[in-house]
Amino acid sequence: MKAKIVNIGVNHETAPVELRECLAADPESSAKIFGALRDLSCVREGMFLSTCNRVEVLFTSDRAAEARQEILSLISSGLGKLQSEALSSCFYSLEDLNAVRHVFRVASSLDSMVVGEPQILGQIKEAYQRATQEKTSGVIVNRLMHRAFHVAKRVRTETGICASAVSISYAAVELAKKIFHSLEGKSVLLIGAGEMAELAALHLVNNGVSSMSVANRTFERAMAVAGRFGAKPLSFDEIARELFEVDIVICSTASAEHVISFEQVKRSLRKRRNRPLFFIDIAIPRDVEPTVNNLPNVYVYDIDDLKGIIALNVDQRKREAVRAERIVEEEVLKFGQWLNTLSVVPTIVALQEKAGAIIQAELKKSNSLMEHLADGQKEAVEMLARSIAEKVLNDPILFLKGKAERAAVDTYLDVARRLFNLDRNHGVKYGSESDDK
Amino acid sequence: MHYPWFFLALVFDLLATGGYIVYLVKQEKWVSSASCFLLFTGFVFHTIFLCKQYVVLGTAPVLDLKSALSFFSWCIILVFLAFHLKFRVMVLGSFVAPFAAFLMIISSAMPWATGPVKPLFKSIWLTVHVSTIFLGNGLFAITFVAAVMYLIQERQIKHKRFGSFYRRLPSLATLDSINHYALICGFPFLTLGMITGSIYAQVALGSYWQWDPKEVWSLVTWLFYAALLHERLTVGWRGRRAAVMSIFCFCILLFTFVGTTLWVKGYHNFTTLGTGGA
Repeated sequence: MKAKIVNIGVNHETAPVELRECLAADPESSAKIFGALRDLSCVREGMFLSTCNRVEVLFTSDRAAEARQEILSLISSGLGKLQSEALSSCFYSLEDLNAVRHVFRVASSLDSMVVGEPQILGQIKEAYQRATQEKTSGVIVNRLMHRAFHVAKRVRTETGICASAVSISYAAVELAKKIFHSLEGKSVLLIGAGEMAELAALHLVNNGVSSMSVANRTFERAMAVAGRFGAKPLSFDEIARELFEVDIVICSTASAEHVISFEQVKRSLRKRRNRPLFFIDIAIPRDVEPTVNNLPNVYVYDIDDLKGIIALNVDQRKREAVRAERIVEEEVLKFGQWLNTLSVVPTIVALQEKAGAIIQAELKKSNSLMEHLADGQKEAVEMLARSIAEKVLNDPILFLKGKAERAAVDTYLDVARRLFNLDRNHGVKYGSESDDK
Repeated sequence: MHYPWFFLALVFDLLATGGYIVYLVKQEKWVSSASCFLLFTGFVFHTIFLCKQYVVLGTAPVLDLKSALSFFSWCIILVFLAFHLKFRVMVLGSFVAPFAAFLMIISSAMPWATGPVKPLFKSIWLTVHVSTIFLGNGLFAITFVAAVMYLIQERQIKHKRFGSFYRRLPSLATLDSINHYALICGFPFLTLGMITGSIYAQVALGSYWQWDPKEVWSLVTWLFYAALLHERLTVGWRGRRAAVMSIFCFCILLFTFVGTTLWVKGYHNFTTLGTGGA
């Protein structure tokens, strides 16, 4: 009997954050789930994924309903200590190609809270690695995951879904790169403190910014923040001099007046030899006098400007997502075709067709040598070729038929198809394992 | 004759231009690689054409406006290909290729000059003069293109209105350094071209300097570029101001090259220089 591919899970849309928090698996309980995927008689293969936004169990089974119940009760008892009735309303359950589509969409970050965020693929790779270590994955899960990685790669390279920043700090880094090209060797001045400003500074440092200084009204506070980044602490009075040197200034003070004035920046321009200066002003009210933006080679972006960029980028991601869905659909179709070949009868037919094709090709090649033979003799040669092929294929075919009802039939079919290279010569070409990695 | 090579060069330039425009819209990497290959192929044909012309005429094939435009286009593409190796800014091609192709189209629309070349022109000084001048012009054309791209990109970043060019154009720093390098390389070529030109004038006409309009305008061009270079190197001009200035300088250069030829009478004129002319 053919196994079903089933995916059950919750994500940020179906379950409230409290529930997801309960479900977020600690290592112990995820070990329990993997144990169950391995030991449950109704589950053939499976894997388990748990991130802060989703919990997913993917498995194949020929008794899907039973397996789903078992796993649901396991999750509710093992992880959340909740009633499985309360849980099951939040869980979605997808089968076969719908499950395949879901896996592809999750891997290519189409199902994420922030569409296009790149972390999810790494998390899936980890989960899959775990599954191979725990030996819960088999032919179908292996193939499915490799295809999922392939789809994610295609979506990433063929669409602009991950191309643009959708957070303030990333948008600031992107802009800085459009101005300075590379941030290597550039220096940053952080005025004031605050979560968002520090995050932006951190992103800049991660992108190669080499030196950083921190200025604050109170020097102790500057010392504290500077300590976190290994930066140079400054007093407020030193800002003017620092403007001669720095390339990027991040402002986020609580000051009611402008901290950076037009005159101050203008005076520094000549000393700077007109090197570009980029102000990221995320303070409300603003720290940088807006007219500073009118100075040559000086660019001032306040929080509203950055939010404007993000809104544009989110729109763009949505448009790109449509193209990504098309890629996913294409790959689901291909996977479906592969799944269909993964049963006994089509494999036997493919084997016989391949033998037939070889016989025909070889007879054609030997045609000139056999011209002097009588028709009867020619027929005899053909018969001989046919019966040799039949005898050679007889045992493999009997073997496959014998395994038809076993759980491991998928593995045998997969090996048989690869051994005889059946997927290359019959219709659709499937991507080899190597190009999936 | 070698017109087929010229024609092939023109066709490949146009194909490359088309490719680069498609690249500008579609942003597919392979399109730009293909366009670059087409441009290079056209460049090879063009080189063959120029070599054959050189052999036939016995001097650099720049004696009429038609040949001069075609040689200018060749120089621009040469400089672009060299800059492509250094900066890898593919979108630069989307601006340079149309410009080069435009010159080629004008050149192809003009009639071929016929008749023998005056022995006066068969001088190595003339060849050195025109090739250095035109290489300089090619480099200045790149400063011009980079400056235009800079102004487009700078405008978007400054005004915080991001059009479709924002993603397609490289960073301001890259564009500014392309402008900078092209200027630094172009200026010595222009200087050398003017020096060899006056030496040639001495050899051919017996006088280093004759206050011919083209000579005067060349000097004006040289002074403007010298000023720009000076401001860049000592005062630290960069960005928008340098971009505007290099566009302005290039307009003077174009006037010197084309304007004095068409509207001002002088001995340095293509009509009097022409292979068949007086």
